[in-house]
Amino acid sequence: MESVKELLVILIGSSLVSNVVLSQFLGLCPFLGVSKKTKTAAGMGTAVIFVITLASAVAGVIYQYVLVRFHVEYLRTIVFILVIAALVQFVEMFLRKAMPGLYEALGVYLPLITTNCAVLGVAITNVQKEYGILTGVVNGFATAVGFTIAIVILAGIREKLEYNDVPASFRGMPMVLLTAGLMAIAFCGFSGLL
Amino acid sequence: MSEKELRAKNSVPAGAGREEGIMNRAAERLYNGIAKENPTFVLMLGMCPTLAVTTSAINGLGMGLTTLVVLALSNLLISLLRGLIPNRVRIPAFIVIIASFVTVVQLLLEAYLPDLNKALGVYIPLIVVNCIILGRAESYAYSNPPIPSLFDGIGMGMGFTVALTCIGLVRELVGAGKAFGFKITPDSFEPVRIFAQAPGAFFVLAALVALQNFVKAAGARAGRDTSKIGSGCSHDCMNCGEKGCSQRFYDDGKEE
Repeated sequence: MESVKELLVILIGSSLVSNVVLSQFLGLCPFLGVSKKTKTAAGMGTAVIFVITLASAVAGVIYQYVLVRFHVEYLRTIVFILVIAALVQFVEMFLRKAMPGLYEALGVYLPLITTNCAVLGVAITNVQKEYGILTGVVNGFATAVGFTIAIVILAGIREKLEYNDVPASFRGMPMVLLTAGLMAIAFCGFSGLL
Repeated sequence: MSEKELRAKNSVPAGAGREEGIMNRAAERLYNGIAKENPTFVLMLGMCPTLAVTTSAINGLGMGLTTLVVLALSNLLISLLRGLIPNRVRIPAFIVIIASFVTVVQLLLEAYLPDLNKALGVYIPLIVVNCIILGRAESYAYSNPPIPSLFDGIGMGMGFTVALTCIGLVRELVGAGKAFGFKITPDSFEPVRIFAQAPGAFFVLAALVALQNFVKAAGARAGRDTSKIGSGCSHDCMNCGEKGCSQRFYDDGKEE
């Protein structure tokens, strides 16, 4: 069984040290696209935490009890992508019916996450690192928290950037990318943590 | 990179060959993929792998070629099956086809090129969600005959390969003073290590997009059609399709 210490190491490692966006470049599309305002960024982050945690649980269960059991591990890429796409659709329908309040808050972000490479990335990383189901869920949660931290910080910086005089060619995306690069340098500082 | 513009300027227009029909179309697709609609430099598609694996030229080349194979084969198969796939379930069908080819390629890499497989790691299975592949399936292969679709895939794949190799080369050169693993800078040159690490990728891409904006503005002043430049994430990408971020988010976030 996994010890608490091991889980803590994964928690810190996946959220800060090897941050999903800033050092692994997964989920860049929403990171760059939905980071204009802190509020939407936080909403997106919450939705990502919700979906990735759920998806890594479901993918973990399916991998352990279906794919490994029938010795078809090589089908994982196909199975994971279909499971994730279906899962997000399901979550969307379920939330709309059962929890309209939560749906109001997260609904618009859900379609964006369907094929977010971070979701599939976490599911595959969990398998490649041979994590168990619980460890996998913790890893998924931590990864998503890392994403949220990064996107909220970036959104905060972008709000301030609005008032600055940026050279014409660098307006918009290039400036955001430069900011992300500087953030990535800052996050390199976490690498001595573990 | 100015190389792209140079090529776009100097190369003979696609229809110039005198052979007819299929060869002509194939050549046109190749030219289109490599220069006119280069997925990385012009359309800005598939940014995750572009940033992640271009730590060296050889990694960029490997990733580009792997994507090329998947892209060409999935384009071919989707085009062959286009009469059979019902319109409403086409996206899941595309994904299954693409994922199958990715699995095949991954198993082949594991068997024959284990070093490359290890270097590219999780980004090989993630080719499934590379927007270039789904974008080409949706915007070209699903509505065109097999041979042009195959060449469309090869052309786009080559464009992607060229782009990744260039970016990888720049990062390797600045970050480690090497090109394809061989040291070429003099000893007095102190490599800027950060360029071979994660932050460098963002800086290189930022410079690239800035250059793109510059070319776009210059092109608009000269009256050329620049609508394709940087259009990737608002048209054919899976993440950003009709129900995705194109309307809701990208429009206000991307270009001023």
